[in-house]
Amino acid sequence: MATPLARVRGLGSARRGTETFWRQRMTAVANVPLVLFLILSIVTHIGASYEEVHAYLARPLVALALLALVVSAAIHMRIGLKEIIEDYVHGGAKVTAILLATFFAAGVGLASIVAILKIGLGS
Amino acid sequence: MGNAKMGAERPLSPHLQIYRPMLTMMMSIAHRVSGASLAIGFLLLAWWLLAISLGPEPYAQVSGFFGSIAGRTLLFLFSWALIHHMLGGIRHLIWDTGHGLDKVSIEIFAWATIIGSTTLTVLLWVVGYWLQGAF
Repeated sequence: MATPLARVRGLGSARRGTETFWRQRMTAVANVPLVLFLILSIVTHIGASYEEVHAYLARPLVALALLALVVSAAIHMRIGLKEIIEDYVHGGAKVTAILLATFFAAGVGLASIVAILKIGLGS
Repeated sequence: MGNAKMGAERPLSPHLQIYRPMLTMMMSIAHRVSGASLAIGFLLLAWWLLAISLGPEPYAQVSGFFGSIAGRTLLFLFSWALIHHMLGGIRHLIWDTGHGLDKVSIEIFAWATIIGSTTLTVLLWVVGYWLQGAF
C-alpha cells in the first residue's frame, strides 16, 4: 500500500508496521501481574531490616519476577517515551530526545538487572 | 516529516486548543503524563535495587529518603501514577479487542479509572501503614 516515497522513508507497509504496537501490548499485559507483585513485595517489607529485604530479593522466584518486570517495563517505557517525543518534538531535537530516552530506558533497565543479579547470586 | 517541499502551507487538523476540555480527553492526557512520570519512578526503583545490592549503608540512605515526608509524598504520587496508568492501560487493552468504544462505555471507563486508581492507591497506603502498626 505504500507509495514509493513512503517506502524509501521506511514508512508504510514494510511488513513491520504493527511490531511496535504489538510489543507495547505484550509488555503491557506482562507488566500488570509483575507490577502487582512489585507493589505487594514493597508493601510487605515496609520497615524491614536490610537482611530481610536482601534475603527476600535473593529468592530465585522473586529475582525472576523482578528481572522480568524491569526488562518488560524498560521496553514498554522506551516505546511510550518515543511515542510522546514523536508527537511533540520535531526536527533534530526529536532525534536527540529519542536517543536520550533510549539510553535512559537501557540505563535504568540494565542497572536494575545488575543489582538483581548481584543480590541473587550473592556478595 | 517536515522537509521544504512537503512542508508547504497545508491545512492543519484541529488540535487540543480547538476543543472544549472533555473527560475522555483529560484521561488520554493523564495516561501520557502518568506514563512519562513513571520513568522517574523506574529510576527510583533502580536506585533502591542498586542500594540493596551495594550493602547496608547505601540501603540505609535510600530508606531514609523514602521514609522522609518528601520521599513518602513522592512514593504516594508514583504509586498513584502507577495504578492509574495500569487501569488506563487495561482500558486500552479492552479497546484493542474492539469492545467498549461507544460513548457511554468510554465515560464509564474514564470514571472507573479515576475512582479505581484513587481508591486503590489510598487503600494501598492504608494497608501499608496498618502493616507498620500505625493503627
